[in-house]
Amino acid sequence: MSLQRLAARLGEVLTPDAVITDPVRLRTYECDGLTYHRATPGVVVLPETAEQVAAVVRLCDEFGVPFVARGSGTGLSGGALPRTDGVLIVTSRMRRILEIDIPNRRAVVEPGVTNLAITEAVRDQGYYYAPDPSSQQICSIGGNVAENSGGAHCLKYGFTVNHVLGIELVTPDGEIVELSDRDPGYDLLGAFIGSEGTLGIATKVTVRLSPLPESVTTLLAAFSGIEGGGQAVSAIIAAGVVPAAIEMMDALAIEAAEAAVRCDYPAGAGAVLIVELDGPHAEVEHQFAAVERICRESGAFEIRVAASAEERAAIWKGRKSAFAAVGRISPAYIVQDGVVPRTALPEVLAGIDRLQEEFGIRVANVFHAGDGNLHPLVLFDDAVPGQGERAEVVSGRILDLCIDHGGSITGEHGVGVDKSRYMPRMFSEEDLDTMQLVRCAFDPKGLSNPGKVFPTPRLCGEVPGVRKGVHPLVESGLAEQF
Amino acid sequence: MIVPGVTVRAADGGDAVAGVRPRWVALPETTEEIAAVLRVAADHDLAVVPVGGGTTLHWGPPPERCDLLIDTCCLNDVLEHVAGDLVVKVQAGVTLDALAGTLAAAGQRLALDAPGEGATVGGTLATGVAGPLRFRYGTARDLLIGITVVLADGTIARAGGKVVKNVAGYDLGKLFTGSYGTLGVITEATFRLHPLPADSRWVTTSSADPGVVGALAASPLEPAAIELDRSGPHGPVVLSILVEGVAAAERAKAVQDLMGGDAHIGEEPPTWWGRLPGDDLLLALRVLPAALEGTLHAVAAHAARLSLAPHVRGSAGTADLHVALPAESDPGKVAAFVAAVRDEIRPDGGRLIVLTAPSELDFWGGTGALGLMRSVKARFDPDRRMSPGRFVGGI
Repeated sequence: MSLQRLAARLGEVLTPDAVITDPVRLRTYECDGLTYHRATPGVVVLPETAEQVAAVVRLCDEFGVPFVARGSGTGLSGGALPRTDGVLIVTSRMRRILEIDIPNRRAVVEPGVTNLAITEAVRDQGYYYAPDPSSQQICSIGGNVAENSGGAHCLKYGFTVNHVLGIELVTPDGEIVELSDRDPGYDLLGAFIGSEGTLGIATKVTVRLSPLPESVTTLLAAFSGIEGGGQAVSAIIAAGVVPAAIEMMDALAIEAAEAAVRCDYPAGAGAVLIVELDGPHAEVEHQFAAVERICRESGAFEIRVAASAEERAAIWKGRKSAFAAVGRISPAYIVQDGVVPRTALPEVLAGIDRLQEEFGIRVANVFHAGDGNLHPLVLFDDAVPGQGERAEVVSGRILDLCIDHGGSITGEHGVGVDKSRYMPRMFSEEDLDTMQLVRCAFDPKGLSNPGKVFPTPRLCGEVPGVRKGVHPLVESGLAEQF
Repeated sequence: MIVPGVTVRAADGGDAVAGVRPRWVALPETTEEIAAVLRVAADHDLAVVPVGGGTTLHWGPPPERCDLLIDTCCLNDVLEHVAGDLVVKVQAGVTLDALAGTLAAAGQRLALDAPGEGATVGGTLATGVAGPLRFRYGTARDLLIGITVVLADGTIARAGGKVVKNVAGYDLGKLFTGSYGTLGVITEATFRLHPLPADSRWVTTSSADPGVVGALAASPLEPAAIELDRSGPHGPVVLSILVEGVAAAERAKAVQDLMGGDAHIGEEPPTWWGRLPGDDLLLALRVLPAALEGTLHAVAAHAARLSLAPHVRGSAGTADLHVALPAESDPGKVAAFVAAVRDEIRPDGGRLIVLTAPSELDFWGGTGALGLMRSVKARFDPDRRMSPGRFVGGI
């Protein structure tokens, strides 16, 4: 079969240990962070250089075999779900930090370098890499680029796309191309970032390094219910304060975090708000006073302020462990990722409450309140017949709520394989066809991570909408030829 | 030409696009009307150039052909401003000034201070031009969160949305920003907003060592803008730093200490702040931050050698500079200057583009990924009718 012939050819361009065909070892790669979608890859390769990636992709092109790129496999939308009939290109051996250029406030890294490794490499010199997804200790920069990853601090600092200055990529036909923010022409850099591996594979990434803030203050405010926390968030934004992060957890999420990591949040809290302010000392001091006042006015019954890095870590501990912690209070759960305009938060949270009652399914709410990015954790017991299905329905209904309120089906986890079916609820056929034009420009054969992001796209040969011949208006006499 | 329900007038000399006079000017009022206009244009193989306030219509090489100008001036509504969400949705013909007025009433702003009185949202997006605030807030592409466009065949497409955090689907907004009207017509845009700063101070020094820029950019004082102005090849380098926020006065003092010399603090910007240094013969340079000083030297040296009088201005913090030359400069010398500066900055990844010039020049210079750009153009506008020939590589 062609995959076997392809595997043999891959062995010619890679070292022998870099081509995996053993079925047992292949299963290591059958899923990413979204474990309920699984597929054993046809072949796995572990290239070490851009040239090797290009050689692999050219062979895939020659054989007409699809390929999927994978970084650390922490993605939560199945974006790195392999193809049984394809090649999985894993970047874990491309882990060099190639250049740290402090005078130009940038670093050049290979795609397998972890997000946090960049910050660790430059912190001593007073810099850091701003985007901070929760998985930053293990997630790769290549994966961050594919997903346009955010994190708790993107409220103030933006996303991966705002911090990547250049990319070397292998196009779906195996060419190595450089994209730079200084080059004139279309912003292909901006189009590539967040394209979820469907436009090619990043093999080198140039990132912006930001100066460490002079001052950081973290505050935890406990409220009796989620309404008070929501009111505080609105008031903080209305006061013209842009915190680095505003995070909220509801009672169920707090309960889970307590069970898992003993984060010791104030007893009796129906919601906690974590607000982090950073920047010049004088500004942070002033804003902190405003935030503290607003929290009290909104009904906070206890406010804790981190006085040291350890205390800050203690405040964040519960929030950062929240997803995994939910495993302590529920045998299974779905991590949802939706976005609503901040002003719609109260309505949407009320809607989620109604769904819980209607379906008898519990939902723990953890969210980036500052930018309306919800991460409802839909809890179920897979041993109870029907509960998994009901949880799935609730999870989907939450996305409907987000769309109905003018939001998005994903704020940071990506569409992947998990949400492609929701894309037509958010975008029209014309919108999706137009996006497909970009796909066809990069990947006319549709070999780069097919089946992700878009529901059953047209083939690139079928050009929609381009009409030749007489316009109906002319035909009907409403318009004239000239 | 006739498009039902849409005002179309005959073009006159004042409608010329970089010297090329169209036959008609269409004045649609909605996205749907633009789609109707473009469908008729498609049926008759008309070359189309979109125009907003016209402040940068002369930028770029002349179009290969131009039959129809689509003027977005009548798409001038602010469609939705939800202050609590810090988001605004506008039609493309809204001017940045008008938008600023609307937003200021709610204590907010779009942190996009592009130059040009009367510049519209659509035109600013199409050229990707930015102002001093780019140092802190990025450019239009970093502030745009949703877009509506009409393609050459009349297809209406939307991408992004009205929430800041959103990774669903391809980001067509980035693709259209800076595309010079070659992919379609931008008809609506949604932006993230920022609160108006409580206070602002400008720290200005009349003769600066450009070496201080690196220290300022790296400092945790978080300046909002670091601007430079230099008139003549050997004129003094004037630096002005904007500090914004609740503790602006205090932080400005710290910036003043860092700059030394004759740095003084003002509550108003210098008169040249946020303006182009000229608009008859204008170049844009993008270099790496550490190459700023070398680039200033290169510009000065080549200008002096060729007896040209450059005026350099722009963001020293991001190393994005504009260089204006007098309109009457000798075309041969200008071409030599452009080529020499290009050669000098290219090894360090620097780029020079010609924004506007009265004579023929290589406007765009070389670029990476031209093959991919041509593929994108071929998919979006297979008949090459949208601003043909105005963009990089003759796109």
